[in-house]
This record gives sequence, structure tokens and C-alpha cells, in this order.
Amino acid sequence: MLTEYETEVAREMQICNACRYCEGFCAVFPAMTRRWVFARADIHYLANLCHNCGACYHACQYALPHEFAVNVPRALAQVRRETYSTYAWPPTLGRLYQRNGLTLALALSAGLALFLILALLLNGALIHAPLAGNFYAVFPHRLLIALFGVVFGFSTLALAIGVARFWQDLAPGAASAPAVIEATHRVLALTYLDGGHGDGCNEADDRFTRIRRSFHHFTFYGFLLCFAATIIAMGDHYLLDQSAPYALASWPVVLGSLGGIGLLIGPCGLLWLNLLRDPVPGDPQQRPMDRGFIALLLLTSVTGLVLLAWRDSNAMALLLAAHLGGVMALFATLPYSKFAHGIYRAAALLKWAIEKRQKEVLI
Amino acid sequence: MPEASDEKITLIPDVLIIGGGNAALCAALAARETGASVLLLEASPRAWRGGNTQHTRNLRCMHDAPQDVLIGSYPEEAYWQDLLGVTEGHTDERLARLVIRASSTFRPWMHKHGVRFQPPLSGALQVAKTNAFFLGGGKALINAYYRSAEAMGIQIRYDMPVDALELKDGHFVAALCGGQRIAARACVLAAGGFESNRQWLREVYGQDAHGEWPADNFLIRGTRFNQGVLLKFMINAGADTVGNASQSHCVAIDARAPRYDGGIASRIDCISLGVVLNRKAERFGDEGEDFWPKRYALWGRLVAQQPGQLGYAVIDAKPLGKFIPSMFPGTQAASLAGLAHALDLPEASFLHTLNAYNAACRPGTFDHTTLDDCHTEGLLPPKTHWALPIDTPPFFGYTLRPGITFTYLGLKVDPTAAVHFGGQPSDNLFAAGEMMAGNILGLGYAAGIGLSIGTAFGRIAGTQAARQRPGGDHAH
Repeated sequence: MLTEYETEVAREMQICNACRYCEGFCAVFPAMTRRWVFARADIHYLANLCHNCGACYHACQYALPHEFAVNVPRALAQVRRETYSTYAWPPTLGRLYQRNGLTLALALSAGLALFLILALLLNGALIHAPLAGNFYAVFPHRLLIALFGVVFGFSTLALAIGVARFWQDLAPGAASAPAVIEATHRVLALTYLDGGHGDGCNEADDRFTRIRRSFHHFTFYGFLLCFAATIIAMGDHYLLDQSAPYALASWPVVLGSLGGIGLLIGPCGLLWLNLLRDPVPGDPQQRPMDRGFIALLLLTSVTGLVLLAWRDSNAMALLLAAHLGGVMALFATLPYSKFAHGIYRAAALLKWAIEKRQKEVLI
Repeated sequence: MPEASDEKITLIPDVLIIGGGNAALCAALAARETGASVLLLEASPRAWRGGNTQHTRNLRCMHDAPQDVLIGSYPEEAYWQDLLGVTEGHTDERLARLVIRASSTFRPWMHKHGVRFQPPLSGALQVAKTNAFFLGGGKALINAYYRSAEAMGIQIRYDMPVDALELKDGHFVAALCGGQRIAARACVLAAGGFESNRQWLREVYGQDAHGEWPADNFLIRGTRFNQGVLLKFMINAGADTVGNASQSHCVAIDARAPRYDGGIASRIDCISLGVVLNRKAERFGDEGEDFWPKRYALWGRLVAQQPGQLGYAVIDAKPLGKFIPSMFPGTQAASLAGLAHALDLPEASFLHTLNAYNAACRPGTFDHTTLDDCHTEGLLPPKTHWALPIDTPPFFGYTLRPGITFTYLGLKVDPTAAVHFGGQPSDNLFAAGEMMAGNILGLGYAAGIGLSIGTAFGRIAGTQAARQRPGGDHAH
């Protein structure tokens, strides 16, 4: 019934439940003590509640060389990776997680090829006379809306179905307003990367640092700012009848630039930490997924900023095709990349916010 | 930065610390804080560093009003009375009060060295008044202390078990470690007890009527590196000792625990909610005499007296969820006969014992959080609380063995932590932690007391040892 990795989590949770020294670090351990047995849904829940901060591994009296070989961050990370493909929709595409680096590389190639070929077909050449930053002279606005609308719509639907299936398995019950507010705060503040004491999480050794949370904030809020810039630009286009190119001091350019810088600093920092981090308290098999996603985010931000800088040059069509190809790959793979971690973790955090308000009934 | 362990030690440090657990680190940090150069020798490899401290989780702190993680108050007198109670008078009031008063100053100092505390959680409310829990437990504390030690320039060497000391009329000269001679101006001994020394345990617990050595069947809940080598060396060198040499703190734990380092997860928490049998499937104690934490040391000794040093805790489905689960699932069966079979106990005797117990249970109002009125009548031994018939499947069994937490035998010290020879204090040799805890805790145990003794006397020993350095106020 349980997979090999799920069985390992159940074994370790039984030991942890007899010890409970880690209960102050994060939500995983208080959630564990509310349980007597660990069924598949419980294991999936705990796996996605874990932020892989590493504190419980370094504090563990039962970690290797102890014969119990407890390594909760690794055990939960391995199951977490499995849950991404288990809940992915459509299920066939869930298998893309098994070779995620390849998946993202293929998506990127396809995205780039699509826009380069389109540019050639529509304009006859990739190098052209300067167009004063008018993207729509290269790709008609309606074409872009149609392409991205379809891809983004599908990705959103796939993610929604995936997390709905996860939510159904967790059977959390109704969410009260305070529970929603608490979970939202935990997501936005990345509370459980603070180690329970505010000193942060572990990277190369048992030292605590807040740096991972900072880089994640740059990434997360950078992404949100870029997304906001796009939404505002769409509003300007349809509601105010103001088309791109926008002035440097306009909201879409300011927010997009700030977001782009965040998406430059954040993923660079996360990549650096990913390379430097002790591999033992994590799941090495997640690395292609982690690094592929980081690379895709970086490509998006770098091409976006370069495009902004050289939008008046004769290479605009080339830069635009590269940027749009990257964005297309990013959005097309949202339900089958590391991006999904945010959605499932948010769901697990909401489940915890609901559960902790319920009367404790063991078994 | 610490140098490689195999590098020859040439510089003579002001203070040599022998040991690598809480008391050793507190001594090292306190000595270094005064400016002394410090070298610490830990017997274990780095992965096993920290001795029994790895398995601890709180310390007992005096406080007159609610303070950070502590609720209510725990004045000196209440602390002293608790200590007097558990030790049955086997304590030294002067040293005990020294520890108690010092315990009010621990937390800011520990915080400075990176130790973090957590508010009391629901499962431990009964000790939230007396005990401060460090976040993540003892290994997190040890990691914090080692990080602080490294940052302060304390030299740390692992895999360095000291075999002997070079002494001159009670004066420390050098430590001998695998052919290396390590001289220092002063030395702190904080190398733990002897609970992992199987031969020594045999001597203590002797042979039983069947010619067996009960101690061979004991599990050690703490570090495998507490071999008592230095303790034995000091005794042979004529150091004054204290504490009960023939006793150790021995509790009933899960028989499936590893031979060493079973730690907290080896506890079996359901004993007072069921019955306990021996290999003949007979009961041998009042399982409901008092709350389990107050009785587990008694049950360690009781189980040690049974054939094969084995006990079997048996419960039915009713108490599930009312105790902390075991580290491995219990043996489960749908019937009592099935459980007897699964536990490899004689079925007829098992059923006879259980039926007699069930018949003797008097109706009452069960409440596992109070000393309730559910008890047996006409049964020997009786069960005086929480006695419910064991009749609701599935049934669970947990095999028990004695598990040793620590030993009481230690070196006699004075308020400066100085080791004594023939009643005379050494000028530069000090002891801290389990090696001298018997001065204060001669018998019994109270949660968090060991860490408090180790922290108080670790800091005293480190400070005193540092006074021997050139420029220190006791320099020669």
C-alpha cells in the first residue's frame, strides 16, 4: 500500500513520536503528535508541511551513525517529490517530474523555437530596423494573448485539479477565517524557515542562517511583482486603451523591473545555496527539479531586463523571442515543476491552521 | 579554528578540558571567557560528541517569578526540598544550594552561547514551572556550544580518549592519551560516569542465583563512550569519592532499544495503564502505585530482578491515545491467548494472571490524569490506581528491559569544584558533570537536575581552572 519512501516516513515518525524533542521547530512535529498511526494521507500532509529547513536533522540524537538512521528532512522530501507526480493532472503528465531537468529543457527549447520561428514567419528576419520598443510590431497582441492565455489557463487548471485532489485526501474540514489568515501569513512570511527561534535554517552545517528565507522572498515577491506588472499592463491595454511600449516611469515597467531584479537576486542566491547545501538532510533527486526551475526563473528575469535595456535596438525581435520563449516554458511547466511546491505547501499550512484549532483526538 | 585531531599538540594550554558533553563545554566556555587558552579533548568521534547531553532536553531552574519560558515561581527552598526528597538525604546541602542559586543565571548565559529555549508545550505542562526546555533538545544545545567554542578560539579535538593523568601530590601535570602526553596548567575532568563499562557493571550488579550476570542484559540509554576510565584512574590514584558505587539510575525501557544511545524514545509510557508480567507471566509490582514518571526508576530495579531481566507490559485497546507511543509498534493480538503466544509467554499462566487481575478490578471512574479510584481488591501485588479490566481487543504487549541512564559514583568536590585527595583539595584539578554529580544527587533523580549540576559546576570548574594561568589571580 505505502511506497518505499512513505514506509520510511512512517517508520521515522513512529520514532519521532516517542521522542518529540523537535516539537518547537515547526508545524510538522506538533502535527505528528496528534497522530498515533501514519496513513498515506497523513504522510503526504506532513511531507508537504515540511520546509526542509534541516533543524530537526542536526538536533537528532537518532541520526546516523545511530542505527535508527533518522533523517526526517530527507524522508519527507522524498515523499514530497512523489506527491508532486501523484497529484499532478493529467496523471500521465505527472511522470514529467521523474525527469524534471529534461522536461524543463525540452519545454524551453520548444518555447524558444516557437517564438523564433514565429518571428521569422511574421517579420521575414530576426534582425530588423529599430522599432522603438513596439513588441506588437513583431508579435501581434492578439496572438500573444491567445498563446499565453491558453497555456496559462491550462496550467492554472492543472494545478487547481492537483491541489484539489491533495486537499480531498487531507480531509481537513472547513477553514475558518482565522485559520485562513494564519496560513496566509505563514505562506507570505515563510515562517517555518525561521528554525522556531528566528535564527533561520541550516545550509552547509548546523549553523543557522536567515539567508535562504531572504533569497526566497526576493524570488517569491519578484515573481509576484512581474505578475502584477503583466496584469496592470493588460488593464492599461484593455481598459485604458494604452498599448505598450510603456514609459520607463510607468507602473508596468517599474514593477516589472523591480520584480525582474528580485528574480535575479533571489534565484541566484537560491542556486548558490542549493550548490552549497549539505545534501544529506535533503533529497538529492530533487536537484534537477530545483535547479531547472531556478534556471528558468533566471532566464526569464535576465532576458526581460536585457529586453528592457535594448528594446529600441535592431535586436529587439530576437530578445523578445528569447524572453517570450522562456516565459512560455515557465508557464507551460508550472504544474510539472518545482513551482507546485508553493501550492501544495500552502494547502498543508492551511490544513495545519485548521487542524490545530480542532480538539485533539488521537488515533 | 580547531586543528586536525591527529596533529601533535605542542602548545601548553592554560586549561585542559577532558570530556565533550554539557559540563565540559560549560567549563571550556567559562574558562575561555576569562581569557585563558583552552584545549578540549572529546573521547568520541565528532558525530557522537556530547556524551549523555545528546539525550537531554531541559534543565531545572530556580526563579522567583515567571521568567521567559518558565511559568509561576520555583523558589530556592522548593527546589531544595524537591532535591532532598528524591535523594532521600543523599546530598550535600552547601553544594546543592550553590547549584540551585546558580540555576537562576543559566538561561541568559546559555542564550549568549547560542542555546535557544522554547515555551512549554502541552505534553510537559507539569514541569513548565520547574524546567526550561531547550529548543531541539540536547544535541541542539551541544551543537550551539561547540559552535560558540570554535568561534571563541577553543581548540577541540575528537577521538581523544584520555587513559591516565600525570599527577604530582594531587597537582595535575599532564593527560596521557594514546601515547600522547598533553600538559596544561590546569585541568577539568568532565568525562562522565561508567555506565557503558560492561565489566564494571558486572562487578556492581554481580551474579544472580542462576549464575547469570544481570548487568549483561541491561541496555544503556546514553553514550557508549562513558567507560569510566578516568573515574577508575582517579579512584586508584587516591582521589576522594562520593555517591553510591553500587547503584545506577536504572529504568524500565523498551527491550527493542539499541544496546547504547536508546535515549528518550526507548521509554514505554503505558505501564501504569495495564499490567506488567515477568517471563513466567506473573505480576511482580503495583503498576498503579503512582504516576509513571515517579515510578520508572523503581521499575528498572524490579525488572532487573526478574528472570532474564525481562518484563512484559500488557494493555488492551482502551488506553490507546492516552500515553506517548513507543518507538516501534507494540506486539498486537486479537485475543489474550494470541498475545501470550506472540510474546512467547506460557499461555496458561498468562491467562490465569490476566483473569485473576480482571476479576479483581473494582468499578471506578477512570482518569489517567489523576490518582483515580480504579483499583484491585484481593490481588497480590495489588494495582492501586487505573486498574481497568484488560478485555477489549486488540491487545498490545511491550517487552521491557532495565535501561541505565547514569551512575552515581563520583569524585568528591568542594564549592570550587576542586578534586580532593585525602581530604585536601587539588590546586589545579577540577571535576564537573556526571563525574561529580553524586555530591549533590546521591540517589534518585529529578528531571533536569543533571544538566543543572553540569552547567553550574562546569562554569565553576572552568573559571577556577582559568585562575591558574599566568596573569590569572591564582597564578604561581
